[in-house]
Amino acid sequence: MTVTAATGLSDLRSFLHGLPGVDKVGVEARAAALATRSVKTTSKASAIDLAIRMVDLTTLEGADTPGKVRALCAKGIRPDPADPSCPPVAAICVYPAMAPVAAAALAGSGVHLASVATAFPSGQAPLEVRLADTREAVAAGADEIDMVISRGAFLAGDYRRVFEEIVAVKEAAGAAHLKVILETGELATYDNVRRASWLAMLAGADFIKTSTGKVAVNATLPVTLVMLEAVRDFRDRHGRQVGVKPAGGIKTTKDAIKYLVMINETVGDDWLHPDWFRFGASSLLNDLLMQRTKLTTGHYAGPDYFTLD
Amino acid sequence: MFEYAPAPESRSVVEIASSYGLFIDGSFEQAVDGNVFKTVNPASEEVLAEVAAAGQEDVDRAVAAARRAFASWSAMPGSERAKYLFRIARIIQERSRELAVLESLDNGKPIKESRDVDLPLVAAHFFYYAGWADKLAYAGFGPDPRPLGVAGQVIPWNFPLLMLAWKIAPALATGNTVVLKPAETTPLSALFFADVCRQAELPPGVVNIVTGAGDTGAYLVQHPDVNKVAFTGSTEVGREIARAVAGTGKRLTLELGGKAANIVFDDAPIDQAVEGIVNGIFFNQGHVCCAGSRLLVQESIAEELLTSLKRRMATLRVGDPLDKNTDVGAINSAAQLARITELSEIGATEGAERWSPACQLPDRGFWFAPTIFTGVTQAHRIAREEIFGPVLSVLTFRTPAEAIEKANNTPYGLSAGIWTEKGSRILSVADKLRAGVVWANTFNKFDPTSPFGGYKESGYGREGGRHGLEAYLA
Repeated sequence: MTVTAATGLSDLRSFLHGLPGVDKVGVEARAAALATRSVKTTSKASAIDLAIRMVDLTTLEGADTPGKVRALCAKGIRPDPADPSCPPVAAICVYPAMAPVAAAALAGSGVHLASVATAFPSGQAPLEVRLADTREAVAAGADEIDMVISRGAFLAGDYRRVFEEIVAVKEAAGAAHLKVILETGELATYDNVRRASWLAMLAGADFIKTSTGKVAVNATLPVTLVMLEAVRDFRDRHGRQVGVKPAGGIKTTKDAIKYLVMINETVGDDWLHPDWFRFGASSLLNDLLMQRTKLTTGHYAGPDYFTLD
Repeated sequence: MFEYAPAPESRSVVEIASSYGLFIDGSFEQAVDGNVFKTVNPASEEVLAEVAAAGQEDVDRAVAAARRAFASWSAMPGSERAKYLFRIARIIQERSRELAVLESLDNGKPIKESRDVDLPLVAAHFFYYAGWADKLAYAGFGPDPRPLGVAGQVIPWNFPLLMLAWKIAPALATGNTVVLKPAETTPLSALFFADVCRQAELPPGVVNIVTGAGDTGAYLVQHPDVNKVAFTGSTEVGREIARAVAGTGKRLTLELGGKAANIVFDDAPIDQAVEGIVNGIFFNQGHVCCAGSRLLVQESIAEELLTSLKRRMATLRVGDPLDKNTDVGAINSAAQLARITELSEIGATEGAERWSPACQLPDRGFWFAPTIFTGVTQAHRIAREEIFGPVLSVLTFRTPAEAIEKANNTPYGLSAGIWTEKGSRILSVADKLRAGVVWANTFNKFDPTSPFGGYKESGYGREGGRHGLEAYLA
């Protein structure tokens, strides 16, 4: 591993603990200040289309069925059946068991298929089980894998184990893009978010993702800001660009635009693209569509004018 | 980058008359000799209004009105005075959008600052001192502290309404009456405040506003029937006032210039420190007496920090103050722009390296791009003199002791900043800095409960908090 050679795996702890600290008050103030940007008219229209193209349209329920997944795929490919100019979403995100259904439904559409894997959402299964989970998902047609890290190991200070597990999953995922879910709500501090971000990137993550959406605290603006700063600094140092995916709790166009503003003013242009930034969301899409229709027609249409997922 | 479409705040929320008189004894009057001056929008050079220039006789009338009002105002129970102050605070909140737009028009500061910083703080000051009005006996200045009489107050143009609040709120809470002179370039919000006083049915003469230039201010501070002088502004004028007041028995507080050190240690939270540096010097176009205009950065991280700072500065949005997305607005006046320009040229001539991000400045109005100078030493004029503009001088240090020594090596002592993740260092360094306010891991944070004021040539006396009452009590 070249990245580990460059850092020295044995030095992982001292490296991660040597990263500059994050001042909680400061990072929250900065995120709140960016959230006051006023994005209107033409900028709002292009922001909405970009946000739609960045959505990982997600269903992760015990009650998911092939029928539900097929409906979601159809929605992702053509979010607004009344308006062919509306772009498709970036990806459909499902459980591994649903990956074959989604793969068939998405074939040839250009919409990516993301599958959560590694005993999502807790990650509390033996490594072999998690790797098998990953292989199955890829074999079923997933070209993106959303894995969870072992938060228990991270919080216990066993960074080496977390690192090695990510490396193993990356290998099992093969050519599929690996998104590493840090579950920032369980890491609790911004210092931990920064360390976990670096740990995941050093281990080979293609994307770092905030949350599973299954815990009390999911994506927040300040957490995403810390992660954006991490991918920016990582690229400066290692020359490799890593994507960011906030997930959970982003429900409105207003929220989504705040994230785009944050990208714009922290890491810039290079990340303003679905290859480098995603929203893990389900209900967000319909709000984006509603606002999009409002901008084009000048009035709000009721919820029945937008399709169910 | 994705471009933000223009998002202008509406001007229609504020109605500016073509001319304004002086506010004396509860009504607006022309100056006796009929003199007027114009106030302009520094972002466009458009004339906003004509304003009366108060002469000696006008100041006499205003002081006389304040003296007449003093008898009943000072005799009123504190709980009754508090009602007026609470009412003023509420009216300010109700009219805050109008006052914010007005402030941005007359001063040039971005609407996001007048809306989110100035106006909320103005209201907070009145609320805070309203709470003190009936508790003065418990403020620690004796069992029955008495007001001084008539306060003559002269305020600057950088935070017109906020400086008015800092002056008027404690004066009224303690039972004094006021004659206030706003700055020549930013008289409008004080005149709108006069209207707020009328709306609150404040008794006539308790607050009087006399507009004008430096000589109006000189008449006011030299007036024999003024008991207390409070001034915020340049050290040069402060010195003249101190001379004029010396030996008269008038009480005096001065809040003057600054050249604050913002010290970044190698264990600082870098991204937040960069925000703090930006906020320290580019907030309000650097027109801040406590601005962090000298960045002292530990040499071991200087290069990394400067790279981050420059990258951040490139995202600053300079332009129309009324656009909600503007970060840096217009320089307040042609004269101030000339001073900033001159000192910056001196900085370059003396060998410091000048850098500004690429930014397009509007054609009309007074503008100066955010600027940093690197390679600055203690011997450079830009490290010693107050520029009062968006210009940062960057110096380096090697050890905490050197940082403290350099930070204190200035005739000023108003504020300072410390950036480190190490709590013990914050305490030990703050203890050794000779500055009235020391911020740790933040900068330019204000609160009515916190005293503010300087060491050395930054002035004397404290404003804000319980300490701020002392200047108005005997």
